[in-house]
Amino acid sequence: MKKRAIVPILYIAFLMLPIYWLVAMSFKTTQEILGGFSLFPRVWTLASYRTIFTDPTWYWGYINSIVYVTVNTVISVTVALPAAYAFSRWRFLGDKQLFFWLLTNRMAPAAVFALPFFQLYSAVGLFDTHIAVALAHCLFNIPLAVWILEGFMGGVPKELDETAFVDGYSFPRFFVQVFLPTIKAGVGVAAFFCFMFSWVELLLAKTLTAVHAKPIAATMTKTASSAGYELGLLAAAGTLTIIPGAIVIWFVRNYIARGFALGRV
Amino acid sequence: MAKITLDRLRHSYTATPKGPADYALKQLNLDWQDGGAYALLGPSGCGKSTLLNIISGLLQPSEGRILFDGRDVTALPPDRRNIAQVFQFPVIYDTMTVFDNLAFPLRNRGVGEARVKARVEEIAAMLDVTEMLRTRAANLPADNKQKISMGRGLVRDDVNVIMFDEPLTVIDPHLKWKLRSKLKELHQRVKVTMIYVTHDQTEALTFADQVVVMQDGEVVQIGTPVDLFGRPAHTFVGHFIGSPGMNVLPAEVRDGAAWFNGMPVALEGAIAPGEGRHEIGVRPEFVSLAPAGIPATVRKVMDLGRHSVVEAVAGGTRVSAIVEGMAPGQGEAVHLAFRPDQTRLYRDGWIASERGRAA
Amino acid sequence: MRKVNQKGWFFVLPVLILVAFNALVPMMTVVNYSVQETFGNNQFFWHGLGWFQDILRSERFQAALGRQALFTLMILVIEVPLGVVIALSMPRAGIWVPVCLVTMALPLLIPWNVIGAMWNIFTLPDIGLLGYFMNHVLGLDYNMTQDPVAAWITVIVMDVWHWTSLVVLLCYAGLVSIPDAYYQAAKIDGASNWSVFRYIQLPKMKQVLTIAVLLRFMDSFNVYTEPFVLTGGGPGNATTLLSIDLVKIALGQFDLGPAAAMSLIYFAITLFVSWLFYTLMTRNDVK
Repeated sequence: MKKRAIVPILYIAFLMLPIYWLVAMSFKTTQEILGGFSLFPRVWTLASYRTIFTDPTWYWGYINSIVYVTVNTVISVTVALPAAYAFSRWRFLGDKQLFFWLLTNRMAPAAVFALPFFQLYSAVGLFDTHIAVALAHCLFNIPLAVWILEGFMGGVPKELDETAFVDGYSFPRFFVQVFLPTIKAGVGVAAFFCFMFSWVELLLAKTLTAVHAKPIAATMTKTASSAGYELGLLAAAGTLTIIPGAIVIWFVRNYIARGFALGRV
Repeated sequence: MAKITLDRLRHSYTATPKGPADYALKQLNLDWQDGGAYALLGPSGCGKSTLLNIISGLLQPSEGRILFDGRDVTALPPDRRNIAQVFQFPVIYDTMTVFDNLAFPLRNRGVGEARVKARVEEIAAMLDVTEMLRTRAANLPADNKQKISMGRGLVRDDVNVIMFDEPLTVIDPHLKWKLRSKLKELHQRVKVTMIYVTHDQTEALTFADQVVVMQDGEVVQIGTPVDLFGRPAHTFVGHFIGSPGMNVLPAEVRDGAAWFNGMPVALEGAIAPGEGRHEIGVRPEFVSLAPAGIPATVRKVMDLGRHSVVEAVAGGTRVSAIVEGMAPGQGEAVHLAFRPDQTRLYRDGWIASERGRAA
Repeated sequence: MRKVNQKGWFFVLPVLILVAFNALVPMMTVVNYSVQETFGNNQFFWHGLGWFQDILRSERFQAALGRQALFTLMILVIEVPLGVVIALSMPRAGIWVPVCLVTMALPLLIPWNVIGAMWNIFTLPDIGLLGYFMNHVLGLDYNMTQDPVAAWITVIVMDVWHWTSLVVLLCYAGLVSIPDAYYQAAKIDGASNWSVFRYIQLPKMKQVLTIAVLLRFMDSFNVYTEPFVLTGGGPGNATTLLSIDLVKIALGQFDLGPAAAMSLIYFAITLFVSWLFYTLMTRNDVK
């Protein structure tokens, strides 16, 4: 093993420590947690997990989160595809400015939007719905999807488009049958990032929901403050939120690096 | 300057090779004379890049040795072998000026600045890049970038051999000949051993004094361009070189003579004894239409201006002939005659007829 | 060369509508509030730039801004070089590559409140793994809820834990795009490892590094959830960063005017610095 492998090994160990601690705590009883320190659960218990899987307030939290994240991903990628194509292939009035403006929305502090969003979505009657959060997350996910897709599309030669048109393909047919397959890595990466940024976001998701579409993140914060620190339960809930992310990463593992570079390597 | 010797060289990319198919380079024993201009010619996958990387030290051979002037350098890393290599695409240090790019190898070896300056200017003059010395290398077009890559190889005066791995791949066609001539000119002046790897026969034949033709990890023939064209030692060489390539016709050997389609064919000389799959090789330049000979039907005629290439079919085998003047029409029945001193017999691909009076 | 085609606007229309709905309407609301004063009962009076002046002069805002600037600076100074070093040491081929990439990307996919909660549990003085280690094994006096310095260090270490992988992945993407021939040529030229880094690796990473710095600046400047869940802004307001302060004012006190004005100032700062980075990044792009 090369000497320089020590750096990634140390780093990964550093990353795994708090995660290990969270998982370990999820299997401990509250008495053990509060009673003192133990590196490994002395008594293994699934009580926390049982609560989550049987208590509707808990498991609905997960379902709600997954619902709005999926809706957002589908919307974001779908509308981003034609836009990215236009940015990648054509010049039109104001295109550079529009592209930059999209990026600025990614920069906006979410805190700035908390109150106005609350008022806006209440005004249109969408408060406490999944679609509200899905739409709100479009604010930063669509620009990201457009940037990533445009980066990947840049790698597809225009000759492909021209050949298809010469061969008599209509535009929709060309886009779906010819173009999309060549950028399916880009679509996967864009979908992954939309999923990721929507899944992790808390402030807007909490602001726009109350009971019906409450995400798991909000349920967890409620636990931390009200029920007097049921740490085991909190840990179990947290552990379960890591799993969807881990699964999704595995599917796009070959493209993660390129995706973070917005397709621009 | 150095004489390069390859001694029983074999290379496999797998750790435990089981048979000849696992070897990218089959047994090679070769001498490259000091100061010569060589071309390594062959199709993709024939092992030429592997060989190049072994000579430069970027790859360690599984078996065998490499000697520079009799010294075993097999274990030496590239920077200790005093070689230079030019790659398929220009490899330059983007952030440096042309001057610094050319100076880089010298400065790394601790050469004094005065000498560096002198040497860089000398090489820049040779390459016609003196006006660009202060420009950032990243801003140059591809052909000048390749010249800089070459320059970095030439700037060291202790270089044993310069290797070129298909260096004109990314150069625009109308600039290729310019760079090729420049390379030839450089070789005349500097007299360093140069090895030029390519799959393009024009490049190989115009650059090299000696061409090494490779196929499937083996050296098939070494010779001057004239030799390779005039007397191919292997059907592959005959087919690969020349446009159109040599005709390769299935043949039989009976009673000490060669037969094609039931007709006897006169060869350049006697047939060496042995058994195997026989083929007759004759270049289209030496196939003519005659009143009598091997019967064939014309399948296609390509008019190339100065001459035409007539593709005829004789008993199921295609034979090409180069015809000057009036060409026959398609479907016409013709007779083909082969010039005996340019007609050869091949056995399992290798030449099997001897030059001399016909049997 | 891309050809001109005004049809492009139809293609971007859905994007424009969705993003503008979420961006322009709230922004207009915020601008509206920022120049008005209300005494309740939905009665608004024109206040001009009053709120802006109040905010810019208020000690509370300046303190929060100062804390935020310090935080962002420390983050960039730690995470960017660290990310580059780790990316340079990662394997470039082989089966360990996906393992490394997946484990390193994991922190990026954890909901931000879970990260705060995780680190909260992790650093509890007597029963958390790190807290126990610091207090009982190393003998240090480590209590994040009482000691501002401990709180700062914890918040920073948490962010480094959370986001360095982003820099690593970006730099790694840039590194693996360098063809082998460059390393081979460098070997032949007798270049030292430092030269290889300086003349080959660093130039090729320039574009991704700019993206990394841009993203890390934007996100750390706007960070809210993780530090809020971890420390709540405390002890006192030791770790009350700009976002946390803003949310306190906006959702807590319902002082719409000042909150709106502060939002706009905050947004303007982020925008300006990001624009600087963006211009740098695309300065050499040929489209």
